[in-house]
Amino acid sequence: MSEEQTGATSFVRIPIMQRILDNPFILLFIGVVVPTVFYIIWGIMEIVTIPIAP
Amino acid sequence: MNKELFRTCPESGLQFHKPAETLMRTNAVLAVVILLFGGITALLVTLTRWPAVHLLEASQFYQVLTLHGVNMLIFWMITFEIAVLYFCSSTLLKCRLATPRIAWLGFALMLIGIVVNNAAVLNGDASVMMTSYVPMPANPNFYLGLILFAVGALLGCFVFLGTLIIAKEEKTYEGSIPLVTFGALTACIIAIFTIASGAVILIPTYLWSIGYINNIDAAMYRLVWWALGHSSQQINVAAHVSVWYAIAAIVFGARPLSEKVSRTAFFLYIAFLQIASAHHLLVDPGLSSEWKIFNTSYAMYLAVLASMVHGLTVPGSIEVAQRAKGLTNGLFEWLRKAPWGNPVFSGMFLSLIGFGFIGGISGVVMGTEQINIIIHNTIYVPGHFHATVVIGSTLAFMSLTYFLIPVLFRKQVMLPGLAKIQPYLFGIGMMVFTMAMMGAGTLGVQRRHWDMAFTDAMIGFDYPASAYTFMGVVGISGVAAILGGAAYVLVTVLSVFFGKPVGSESSFGFTTSTLTRAEPVVMPEGGHEAAGKWGFAAPGTFLLAMFFLVIFVLYYAVNWKYLASVWPIS
Repeated sequence: MSEEQTGATSFVRIPIMQRILDNPFILLFIGVVVPTVFYIIWGIMEIVTIPIAP
Repeated sequence: MNKELFRTCPESGLQFHKPAETLMRTNAVLAVVILLFGGITALLVTLTRWPAVHLLEASQFYQVLTLHGVNMLIFWMITFEIAVLYFCSSTLLKCRLATPRIAWLGFALMLIGIVVNNAAVLNGDASVMMTSYVPMPANPNFYLGLILFAVGALLGCFVFLGTLIIAKEEKTYEGSIPLVTFGALTACIIAIFTIASGAVILIPTYLWSIGYINNIDAAMYRLVWWALGHSSQQINVAAHVSVWYAIAAIVFGARPLSEKVSRTAFFLYIAFLQIASAHHLLVDPGLSSEWKIFNTSYAMYLAVLASMVHGLTVPGSIEVAQRAKGLTNGLFEWLRKAPWGNPVFSGMFLSLIGFGFIGGISGVVMGTEQINIIIHNTIYVPGHFHATVVIGSTLAFMSLTYFLIPVLFRKQVMLPGLAKIQPYLFGIGMMVFTMAMMGAGTLGVQRRHWDMAFTDAMIGFDYPASAYTFMGVVGISGVAAILGGAAYVLVTVLSVFFGKPVGSESSFGFTTSTLTRAEPVVMPEGGHEAAGKWGFAAPGTFLLAMFFLVIFVLYYAVNWKYLASVWPIS
């Protein structure tokens, strides 16, 4: 019996990477968080921990 | 869908949403006006750094250099990119633009910001250059203009994202968005990070300049400012790579060798391209080697890998398309018989070569902590970024313009003979210019110093005579490139405002090739590999890639050898 006859719909599993690449807001999240954490926050932590000259 | 709001270009088949079309045109025209102004300042800067001419006084030089930097690196690029974002969303996805009124508000803020910022610099009390490092103060309007421009550009980015949502909801495309639109999305995401970083640092700096804040920490400023200053150039990279893919499809009907690989490369840009900003801070005290090396020599290399993927797949896709049309003799018939008289192609290909061979390789050298010290803060640095931003981005945008004049503005390209030679004059002039700058920088010539002779300095310093020769070459090639830029502005302005309308019988003014979109490539019998050689679908591109890698390794190794000689360990 075909899918049309049973009314069932075929389910194609979309790979996780493609789902990420197809979602602009996940990409936006990654594109903001990665540089913010590794470049800005890590850098600020290093600068604020410089001891103040006596 | 209200069809009255849409126009289909009879030649290209592209569908334009009329409000979006007007916005694209307006942004593009404003961008070219800024380019004209930036080009005039470029001439003045070049004629001052040319030792035999040394045109401007010191105070004028820094004022003009500030105008040149801000207008070219921020205003021209981002204004043109907003037009590209609207094109890549509304036109390529065949849908209406989201909230045109918000887009107009963004445009107005950008325009006001440009005027306010330039007026502050022209007034003479904001000659702080683009970096505007604190505690060097500028007129508050300098920062205010940048903030207004950034807010306007941010609105443009949100309009782009909104248009993607509309296209998805109205199902104007199937599956994933086209690769060119995905590249524009990459540019948009980088732009949002860039603008947010700019807001984080420029708003407090503005408050400091009007007296509401006592102090801005210089190290903190540099850290956050470069997330704006360098990442803004990464918007350009993502945008011009998208333009490369678009032009390969427009001129040759080429399709990417692998959509998955190209999208993954753009994904690497999204995640890792912005942190390359760290290479500006490689000699800053206070930041650890771990931070510097992770950000520049580990994570950044993933973005470099992405650029090499694009640099391989774009010419590779062109080669496959050309071979499918029967240009299969030898390794390079496909390239030899490419439409070199069509500025859409020639500009794009020179952009690709210059960006990869000059900008890309020098960028990796600058991003390596140890060998960066050889050239840090020398004129090598502008040599590098003129290769990426001017040859890479500006030339790619120029080549796209020759396609957009008939398709978007519905005008024939005027002075077609000049348009044909323009990419060569501009591109080759800039290649010589950038390499001469790098040569001078390797000899230690400072990047921003008004007088390399240090006349009347208490402690003098004599550069070798060859440094003066290099700077002379910088002057000559710079003037040649500026003439190429002037030719672009002339052709564009004449075509857009005085050009003959494109009619159904028009030929776009070119005789060697048309600017219509090529038919998609048909798979040859036996597959693309059968049209190639040695089992490769694109053997010529593979050989070019190997040549690139050899140059890359040699230049990298030479710099380590040079480091050993300038800093002997005994």
